[in-house]
Amino acid sequence: MLELKNISYEIKQSKQKILDQVSLRIEPGTLTVITGPNGSGKSTLAQIIMGIKTPTSGQIIFGGGDITKDDITARAKKGISFSFQQPVKFQGLTVYELLNIANGELFSPVEAGQVLEQVGLNPDDYLKREINTKLSGGELKRIEIASILARKDAKLLIFDEPEAGIDLWSFQDLTKLFQKIRCEYPDKSLVIISHQEKILKIADEIIILENGSIAKKGAPAQIISEIKEAKP
Amino acid sequence: MKLSKEETQIFCEVITGGSDTTQETLSQLVAPESAYNFRVNGKSISRHSTENINIVPKSDGQGLDVYIAPDTKHETVHIPVAISVTGHKETVYNDFHIGENAEVVIIAGCGIYNCGGVDSVHDGIHRFDVGKGANITYIEKHYGFGQGRGGKILNPTTEVHLKAGAIAHLELEQIKGVDSTIRNTVAKLEQNAKLTVKERLMTHGRQIAESSYDIQLKGKDSTADLESRSIAQDYSTQTFKSTITATAKSRGHSACDAIIMDQAKVFALPALNAEIKDAELIHEAAIGKLASDQITKLMTLGLTQAQAESHIINGFLK
Repeated sequence: MLELKNISYEIKQSKQKILDQVSLRIEPGTLTVITGPNGSGKSTLAQIIMGIKTPTSGQIIFGGGDITKDDITARAKKGISFSFQQPVKFQGLTVYELLNIANGELFSPVEAGQVLEQVGLNPDDYLKREINTKLSGGELKRIEIASILARKDAKLLIFDEPEAGIDLWSFQDLTKLFQKIRCEYPDKSLVIISHQEKILKIADEIIILENGSIAKKGAPAQIISEIKEAKP
Repeated sequence: MKLSKEETQIFCEVITGGSDTTQETLSQLVAPESAYNFRVNGKSISRHSTENINIVPKSDGQGLDVYIAPDTKHETVHIPVAISVTGHKETVYNDFHIGENAEVVIIAGCGIYNCGGVDSVHDGIHRFDVGKGANITYIEKHYGFGQGRGGKILNPTTEVHLKAGAIAHLELEQIKGVDSTIRNTVAKLEQNAKLTVKERLMTHGRQIAESSYDIQLKGKDSTADLESRSIAQDYSTQTFKSTITATAKSRGHSACDAIIMDQAKVFALPALNAEIKDAELIHEAAIGKLASDQITKLMTLGLTQAQAESHIINGFLK
């Protein structure tokens, strides 16, 4: 489904290398967790897949075609979706309107409500709310995740630290949600940037990034025990 | 009475927000039970009073006295103005005398169609004397169109006197089209009176818009909440000035948010003036460009950059 070939990313001014020759493949219907220390380049890699950042060199293949030069919109239309680590706030835009934009056509309030219920929000309380500073960080995060679930044409779902800021809604609910997506949509692929062991455990493959390169990759059982051994 | 295509368009924009520009007669634009006065090019072309709302023209023809009886409930007054003759200039005084405990919606607004080379100007002075316990919603929309070199100039003045326990909600909207506008709003609040103001402004081209507020909290436990959101595009210039003065134990809040685009300029000068220690006055002000993270987020949902900007602007101006 997705292949990254020798992706590098360098900050122009400082010449600091954030990613160095990263290559990986994401197969259809798989759940991949990318983990690693802060500053290892995880979020940059996710943003490069979505087109938010442009790689200094390398190639991105998605659905059999080269999307390296596609902008964000073109990639979104081809089926890539992206959940932001820091949800974006909008003055005047309601949750219902955001879900409609994500869906690409008008949702009925019932359909939009069903999406909100999946992230543990009561539609009666939230559909008409503006996505502004009056919402808590946890509420914003769940709305952000709901906006990804509303994208019915998405084939690749990228979540950048979905657990960050999740409040009363537990990690347990979050991992259940990812498993539910897998059951209901077996062809969709998930890429999750995360540090959480509960999320690492449900992966098909874990990739560890260190200093902008892939340090390790493998099945959860093997990788999690290696991580634990490294940090006794 | 029949209207020209442009006059119909103006009234539809002002009264219905432009939802239906195919209407041809005035009676179709407002509910039959409403009181109304339609003014076109300096003349009243149709007027209707109700049992509780009496609209009386001033003797010089340059305005109206609108008398709203005490305890009037759920009635609406429409006083739209259309200017479709290039070079027409007028100053109009409309005085609203609102009886105690009345609850009414007043929909005003002016549209100018100018296809000629001379400026058309409407200076509208609206004065509200709101009786004890009354509750009014005042909606004012400005609208300009036409490709002539002549300016479309609107200068509204709104003066509100809220007696004890009276409430006023002002919704003031001007989205593009008007070349130059100077808005002055003055409010005096007595005990327990409450004022909310929602201003929405969007300028483009080389338009100039200036908005000044002078809100005086004179009565104990009076409250005022002023929220202004504006977008300045192209080479347009906006000035926002507000002063909230408290001379009694009261609460005042103002927030002005502006999005600045292209080569536009925005000047904001908010002021708070507390003359008593029990005053609670807050001001929030922000000027910034369209947030790139908002555009990016909407693009990740499949919108183009232009579509994303349009969604953000429309939401901001709601």
